Amino acid sequence: MNIKDVENLASLARIELSEEEKKNLLSDMESILGYVKQIEELKVENAESECKVYNVWREDEIIPRDFSRELITEQFPGTQDGFLKVKKIL
Amino acid sequence: MIDLENLTIKKARKFLDAKEFSAVDLASAYLAEIEKKNKELNAYLEVFDDVLEQAKVADERIAKGESYPLLGIPLAVKDNILIKGRKVSAASKMLENYVASYDATVITKLKKQGAIFLGRTNMDEFALGGSTENSAYGVTRNPYDKNRVAGGTSGGSAVAISANMALGALGTDTGGSVRNPASFCGVVGLKPTYGAVSRSGLIAAVSSFDQAGPITKTVEDAEIIFNIIHGKDLLDSTSINKDLYEKKREKKIIGVPMSSFSGALAQDVLKQFTDALEHLEKQGYKINYELEFPSSKPALSAYYIINFAEVSTNLARFDGVRYGLHINGKNLLEDYLLTKSNGFGRETRRRLMLGAYVLSAGYYDAYYGKAVLVRGQLRKEYLKAFESVDLIATPTMPDTALKIGEKSDPVSLYLEDVFTVTANLTGCPAISLPMGTVLREGKKLPLGIQFMAPHGGEENLFEIGKKFKGMI
Repeated sequence: MNIKDVENLASLARIELSEEEKKNLLSDMESILGYVKQIEELKVENAESECKVYNVWREDEIIPRDFSRELITEQFPGTQDGFLKVKKIL
Repeated sequence: MIDLENLTIKKARKFLDAKEFSAVDLASAYLAEIEKKNKELNAYLEVFDDVLEQAKVADERIAKGESYPLLGIPLAVKDNILIKGRKVSAASKMLENYVASYDATVITKLKKQGAIFLGRTNMDEFALGGSTENSAYGVTRNPYDKNRVAGGTSGGSAVAISANMALGALGTDTGGSVRNPASFCGVVGLKPTYGAVSRSGLIAAVSSFDQAGPITKTVEDAEIIFNIIHGKDLLDSTSINKDLYEKKREKKIIGVPMSSFSGALAQDVLKQFTDALEHLEKQGYKINYELEFPSSKPALSAYYIINFAEVSTNLARFDGVRYGLHINGKNLLEDYLLTKSNGFGRETRRRLMLGAYVLSAGYYDAYYGKAVLVRGQLRKEYLKAFESVDLIATPTMPDTALKIGEKSDPVSLYLEDVFTVTANLTGCPAISLPMGTVLREGKKLPLGIQFMAPHGGEENLFEIGKKFKGMI
């Protein structure tokens, strides 16, 4: 792993990092991945799951729930006319 | 004066019903304790300003002759459980001023009882950590030694109970987050069977591990809260009914995978643990020390890989568009970058990146795919063990609470979770009970013993817990 990998992962995770942080994260990630890597060598039989499977879908009927439109829209970082406001993406 | 030190939920119910004190008296007594202690301990991030009004309503219901186990009982709630109209921040700057728009199902159930919510308690940001040091609002201190951590991630809830700042508390447990602080603070903490308690209205960390559970002074109190919050919920498709799993016949055998950890424990911790097992033998339990789980060694790696993967997925929603913090940039991408970089703390950012790594093309099979296989294998090994033993006992944590800042490299902190993560990987219920104290630098610090039961076996945990009480 090198600084380029850290930068690449940060951009995947949409995080901006300072040079200092990149260095710290590189050493943290190397030690963490070094530890969890032991799992790579492990031989585990690709056995079928023994979990029982149940149908958890409910019938397609309306169950009224008490929701406050105001409480929800108040939490939007930006709103206009009761809608969530976002920046244009194109 | 109400004797808070010796008060339990069970006792308080009798006093409230007999009108020896009112719900307002009781809530006032807790508010006074919080006022005295919270500044130093930092258990609560917010004490609600309507506690006495809530208590008055409870008193009116009691006056009408109503009685429910939690009517008028003051509770503390971890800051990742939604209460409609109240702030809930997951101890993150990202959600600093976020107000919940609905009640978590566990809260709906507690409200029906007439429980009093004192406030929201500190935790590791987004429930990522094990010491409450990752809170954006400062560390929670251990009442036994204020230079030490409370454990985590439900550190605030455990301290609230330990320092008589609440009579009962809710925490959430992803890899030990209820049991770890319970152990460090000398109180009881239960991680229910996966699905036993609805996750609707919890801020998700790892959806396939998370469970809400009670933190209390006694096993009876944990049982009272569990009996109220459990049950299938339409709003959580992974929730289950109590009778989903077959009850096993009791054999009075406790399994202990001794060889896997005895060498790694401090002498006095090991002694306390073996003494506890001897006490249980005197109570008529057989102890099987030969238990072995071949998959327990890679289990911690599997746990963390799955944790990183699910955390990075679950936390993707905090993008500055839909909830909470928004920092304005030149374009949408810059909004994302600025908001996530400023809103998330160090550990959270680290896990988001690790999640991106273990899920990325080329590494997916080697890490995440493998971790899922280990998880399945471990589950099989535990199910097999539970054919011959009723319960599995280990210490809850390898040692007492660490000093604040003592361990800063992430891997050594992750290793602290070695005993607790198996219950989350397998979905089994587990409880941490106080197991006496040991001396560290002149201070008595609590230890915890963990019992794990097969799926749906909470009753067995309560039963052994009641027997275990008073032994130490």
